[in-house]
Amino acid sequence: MEMNIFQIIWFVLWGVLWAVYFALDGFDLGAGSLLYFLGKDEKERRVIYQAVGPFWDGNEVWLITAGGATFAAFPTAYAVMFSALYTPLLLLLFSLIIRGVAVEYRNKHESPSWRAFWDFLFFLGSLLPALLLGVAFANIFKGVPINEKGLLQTNLLGLLNPFGLLGGLLFVFCFATHGALWVAFKASSPLSERAASLAKKTWVITLLLVIIFWAASFVTTNLWENYKKAPILAVFPLLAAICYLTVPVFLNKESYFKAWAASALTIVFFTAWGVAGLFPNILPSSIDPAYSLTIFNSSSSPLTLKIMTTVAVIFVPIVLAYTFWAYKTFSYKITEKDIAY
Amino acid sequence: MDVLLASRLQFAAAAMFHFLFVPLTLGLSFLTAIYQTLWLKTGDEDYKRAARFWGKLFLINFGLGVVTGITLEFQFGTNWRFYSQYVGDVFGSLLAIEATLAFFLESTFIAVWWFGWGRINPKINTLAIWLTAIASNISALWILLANGWMQHPVGYVIRNGRAELESFTAVLTNSFAWWEFLHTVPAAYILSGFFVLGVSAWHLLRKNETSLFKKSFKVAAIWTMIFSLYLIVEGHIHGAEVAEKQPTKLAAMEAHWETEKGASWTLFAIPDEENERNSLEIIKVPKVLSLLAFHDPEAEVKGLKEWPKEERPPVALTFFSFRIMVALGFLFGLLSILAFLKRNQPETSPRLLKVLIWNIPLPYIAAQAGWMVAEVGRQPWIVYGLMKTKDAVSPLSSVQVGLSLPAFIIVYGILGVICFWLIAHHAKKGPEPAENISVKPATETL
Repeated sequence: MEMNIFQIIWFVLWGVLWAVYFALDGFDLGAGSLLYFLGKDEKERRVIYQAVGPFWDGNEVWLITAGGATFAAFPTAYAVMFSALYTPLLLLLFSLIIRGVAVEYRNKHESPSWRAFWDFLFFLGSLLPALLLGVAFANIFKGVPINEKGLLQTNLLGLLNPFGLLGGLLFVFCFATHGALWVAFKASSPLSERAASLAKKTWVITLLLVIIFWAASFVTTNLWENYKKAPILAVFPLLAAICYLTVPVFLNKESYFKAWAASALTIVFFTAWGVAGLFPNILPSSIDPAYSLTIFNSSSSPLTLKIMTTVAVIFVPIVLAYTFWAYKTFSYKITEKDIAY
Repeated sequence: MDVLLASRLQFAAAAMFHFLFVPLTLGLSFLTAIYQTLWLKTGDEDYKRAARFWGKLFLINFGLGVVTGITLEFQFGTNWRFYSQYVGDVFGSLLAIEATLAFFLESTFIAVWWFGWGRINPKINTLAIWLTAIASNISALWILLANGWMQHPVGYVIRNGRAELESFTAVLTNSFAWWEFLHTVPAAYILSGFFVLGVSAWHLLRKNETSLFKKSFKVAAIWTMIFSLYLIVEGHIHGAEVAEKQPTKLAAMEAHWETEKGASWTLFAIPDEENERNSLEIIKVPKVLSLLAFHDPEAEVKGLKEWPKEERPPVALTFFSFRIMVALGFLFGLLSILAFLKRNQPETSPRLLKVLIWNIPLPYIAAQAGWMVAEVGRQPWIVYGLMKTKDAVSPLSSVQVGLSLPAFIIVYGILGVICFWLIAHHAKKGPEPAENISVKPATETL
């Protein structure tokens, strides 16, 4: 197939969609995974649900759109990646299903056992996606053993290799920090302080994990090859590092929203680091680079990409505008009134 | 288990389960928006409480609709890899556009609506529920453009070993898809209308909140009658479109085996696929099938024997599903007229109210049967005339699908029971007292 500019545009957009998804749903998933650690009583747990309630659904749409964009722009990559990662992907979907239902149903019936049931599912449905997404992306960064027919030459356990597990842990702790910062911003004392102090601890753990992850990526992945070819790309990991280091600065000033925003930008730039390193691969093969799915051998026709570009240019700014407005509208501190029965 | 069969069952289970929640989302969002607008216009507190009440039931239903939709989008890749590879150039973009245009809008504004009570200006809040309703219906349009393309592919060319888009306009103006849209969405409105009528009837029979539920009933009665009568007419046109574009489906819908001119129409039959005939036929009316399908009593209607066995859809399932859908469609027409006639004093007809309560599940059955006709009747094709279902399935192991299929059934089964229990629980509980609903004074700015 001919190379064209739209393939590059859609590769960038593909990366942006994942980056925004991680930065937004990351805090929902993180807050959910901390439910038992932050919410000491019923009132505090309700605050945590309220903190994610207006946002989780819109945030999850970024995942749907990332999936849809992969299908539309790189159908071969979508087809091979999703069938090759069958079991982990279905586990991810089931986790997200129970997470969503838990948020929506937990406070719609007044019974302690009902609430305990959904609390557990909310926790599990938040923790598992973080872990699975981390494992999946670490494996994509590393390359998966797909053969010339796009068949995976390993099983689920093969994906749970050390680098994959490291990626999983990194996502869990990174999202936990991100979620704790959001709770610190949305809740009032004492939950707010507890979340902030927990964020400081998980921030350190995440820092250690990311250092190990980056060090390991020199050995296990080819991501840094692109950085040798185009050193300018180094702005992504650099910005990620700078943003990450400002998180504790804002935390100490109790500027929780700014700390959260710095954490969100860290996630965006970290994703940009990985995606830029992947280029032009979407799913690299660890067996032979010739079997890798790239934007050139797996893309849609120029006409489809052109139409999709037009749609994105018109509608993505609109989506961003009302999403921004909704965040602004719901950026208040949660009060007693908000969690009343 | 056979990977193809298991994948088909899994997709069927996921799609049918998803469509238990879609119709109420499409219709109840509009009805909620109408009640809330009536409150804004009249200041009548009953309408405000009605909007909150129906909106809450909408929300419980919506939650499950959203989360079960994601698995459908992803299953094209997980289970139907060769389908995705072969037609992704045309089909994938429709899904991506659906997400961009509709999903962001509905998920953002449903949250604005629910969490906005008492926080944002009531006018903006009402706009939010209208936007939710419009967005979910836009989503229906795009997904039906996608499904319509699988039913009747247009605007593509075979190039680079796959179907590539040649004319986006042709895909957008696919008449088959539009008739599907004009069929499916009003069917969802009927389901939602009968849902409101049925729940209102339950309370009216118990003399609970009579004033509020009479008002709910009246709006829903008008709404339901309009769409029930419309759909009888549209259903006929839709059938004629199927006759022209999907002759194998039509033949299966009517269990019509022999190609003939002036074909007769059979009210009821028991198809015998083994021996290529009907083992029982009740009430056969000459020339009516030709008349219904082609608006000409002498027109030729192709019979199933025209095609080799492996190119025919399952006849009995298609035939019975179609009969169930059409019979229920006529019942809804009749019932909606009765409800309409009693719209001002429904409490005086307890018998009608009882029927309306028991009627609540029937539109669900009709909707599922309708999809059976559409999807089973399309077989053995995944894209009619272009790609067979058996060529589309992913190279998975039977262990993978053998585990995921029961997982779907168990998880969905449990969630479905919980969801319908919760809807029934809140429906019976009735509306909140007015003083519990905080409203931001309209004079305050955002």
